[in-house]
Amino acid sequence: MTHTKISMAQALNQALRDAMTADETVVMFGEDVGALGGVFRITDGLTAEFGEQRCFDTPLAEAGIVGMAVGMAMNGLRPVVEMQFDAFGYPAFEQIVSHVAKMRNRTRGRVTLPMVIRIPYGGGIGGVEHHSDSSESYFAHTPGLTVVTPATVADAYALLRKAIEFPDPVVFMEPKKLYWAKEEVDLTESQPGIGKAVVRREGADATLIAYGPAVPVALEAAEVAAAEGRQLTVVDVRSLAPFDDETVCAAVRRTGRAVVVAEASGFASVSSEIVARVTEKCFHSLAAPVRRVTAFDIPFPPPKLEKHQLPSVDRILDAVDDLQWEDS
Amino acid sequence: MSFVEERLLPSAEPVCLIDQYGVPHDHPSYGLPSKEALLDGYTQLIKGRRFNDQASALVRQGRLAVYPSSFGQEACQLAATMVLREGDWLFPTYRDSVSIMSRGVDPIETLTLLRGDWHSGYDPYEHKVAPQATPLATQLPHAVGVAHAARLKGEDTVVMALVGDGGTSEGDFHEALNFAAVFQAPVVFFIQNNEYAISVPLARQSAAPSLAHKGIGYGIPGERADGNDLAGLLAVLGQAVEKARAGEGPQLIEAHTYRVQAHTNADDATRYREDAEVAPWLQRDPIERLTTYLEQQGWLDDDVKQRAEAGAVEVAAQLRDGLMPEPSVDPADLFAHLYAEETQQLREQAAFLRDELAREEA
Repeated sequence: MTHTKISMAQALNQALRDAMTADETVVMFGEDVGALGGVFRITDGLTAEFGEQRCFDTPLAEAGIVGMAVGMAMNGLRPVVEMQFDAFGYPAFEQIVSHVAKMRNRTRGRVTLPMVIRIPYGGGIGGVEHHSDSSESYFAHTPGLTVVTPATVADAYALLRKAIEFPDPVVFMEPKKLYWAKEEVDLTESQPGIGKAVVRREGADATLIAYGPAVPVALEAAEVAAAEGRQLTVVDVRSLAPFDDETVCAAVRRTGRAVVVAEASGFASVSSEIVARVTEKCFHSLAAPVRRVTAFDIPFPPPKLEKHQLPSVDRILDAVDDLQWEDS
Repeated sequence: MSFVEERLLPSAEPVCLIDQYGVPHDHPSYGLPSKEALLDGYTQLIKGRRFNDQASALVRQGRLAVYPSSFGQEACQLAATMVLREGDWLFPTYRDSVSIMSRGVDPIETLTLLRGDWHSGYDPYEHKVAPQATPLATQLPHAVGVAHAARLKGEDTVVMALVGDGGTSEGDFHEALNFAAVFQAPVVFFIQNNEYAISVPLARQSAAPSLAHKGIGYGIPGERADGNDLAGLLAVLGQAVEKARAGEGPQLIEAHTYRVQAHTNADDATRYREDAEVAPWLQRDPIERLTTYLEQQGWLDDDVKQRAEAGAVEVAAQLRDGLMPEPSVDPADLFAHLYAEETQQLREQAAFLRDELAREEA
């Protein structure tokens, strides 16, 4: 296959198109996903190609969307639903936590829910209030959910295909800041499955553990660090739940130092879970406490102030500098 | 006549075909069910009442953790399933155990949630009965999804979605009705208005003329029935199911009934209502009025009575025998059903619990 230069948004669109072609039980619905193709155009052209029955607009009600998907999955279909923005998904929270996550367990595996909840998330796009939340920790905290987030164009395609084929419900977090990032990719190239983290860059001195929108920032920081003489490993977590302890811990053990980078607020979050796991499992390999670069514990700021909330190359490099390279 | 009056507006009074004295009444839109249907209903009512009585007794003996009884609402419980075909779905609430049992679900498996050995005991696909929902109205969007999927697949399934008066205040009730109407999903939303949501009376739930009137706002035809009149319920629900199956979209039915007993055994109804309020409802009992009517018709012979009693005796014995022994529970189950493929973390936690149990035994 030849490599083509496409954006993450286009890769996600292609994944939906290919999934709907491969499996006629796959249906896509949500708010503005029909004629408009979604506010981010992720569903662009799907209604035209597959018809109103396969890709359709719903009334504007997120609990209804997710709840209807539960019923459709119960009755033999594979629904993919779109929450228009992170914070607009909160009305569906009860359906997700009490039913999507629990149906299989409640029924001892008799009712399975092969469905995907797509959530564009995170900041960095100048969104007004309620358009830039990082809501992944709520879902990762909930037993019964599988939560994934891509950081590259190729992974966006592969992970979404795998999520749709997955036998259980998947919360698919799309870093909207990366929607328009283009890469030369071969979409047919095989990628690791759900549950696997990937080492994006190797370096012997310290490990940056990042996911979603924080991965490109971590890679950029590693580039700068290399120029300054420090070699950093960058792990892309990809699968927040289940979490790939093996890959993450192996990297930390190799390097002896680690910084977790996440765009979400740090308190009681995926990033704090990663620190806890790494500390519990790799304590004797660590030469310094694991540091974090996260957002402040404040509501996501208005556009003019959002740059202060997002992880930056400088903050990552400062955290790396703080990893007790010399006793003081 | 306006569209609303002609198509959506419920009857001015709840439809009642056999009143509380057992007297039949003609109705312009609904006819009395057949003798066979009424006799079948009678035997099921006797069995349903015994199920409620026996389950309540078993709570007192500590064999069930809790039992929200449908005592006095049995006509609703049974009419809801008597009008369904084999492939149709039932979406019950926690108070609808009699309804679930009447669909053919094993009585012990029906009570698994309330016994406490698992969250749901039966295979939802075997009898097309969704797991009981304890959050209010959250099952209604699921019902719409099952119905919509059936339509997309070209099947003529109808979904009977149960909800209480309190549940109509929830956002999911609104969203489900709206979605069902927009997608013309074949769902019959059946509200058992028993006047109470635990302690809170209907007046604090809704200022609508009736709960059936709520359909108007969604473009869904509403109808109301005397919830203690099995004949009227069979006629009204039967017609609603037919319409939904024929492609006329969702239907909303409200049954006016009464929660004769407390919310559950753990509730104390004397804190919020007077016995004087309950007394008249005992006179409207669904079994007594049907019995009176059937006797006056000369249809209730010893054979029918014996058959009904035998069914009741059988289900009571099933409950006693099935619930008296301690249920067998397996701690390994706690981890086994979350995912198709168990995660490494759950494998480790299951091993931890296994070791802990082994240490306790040693």
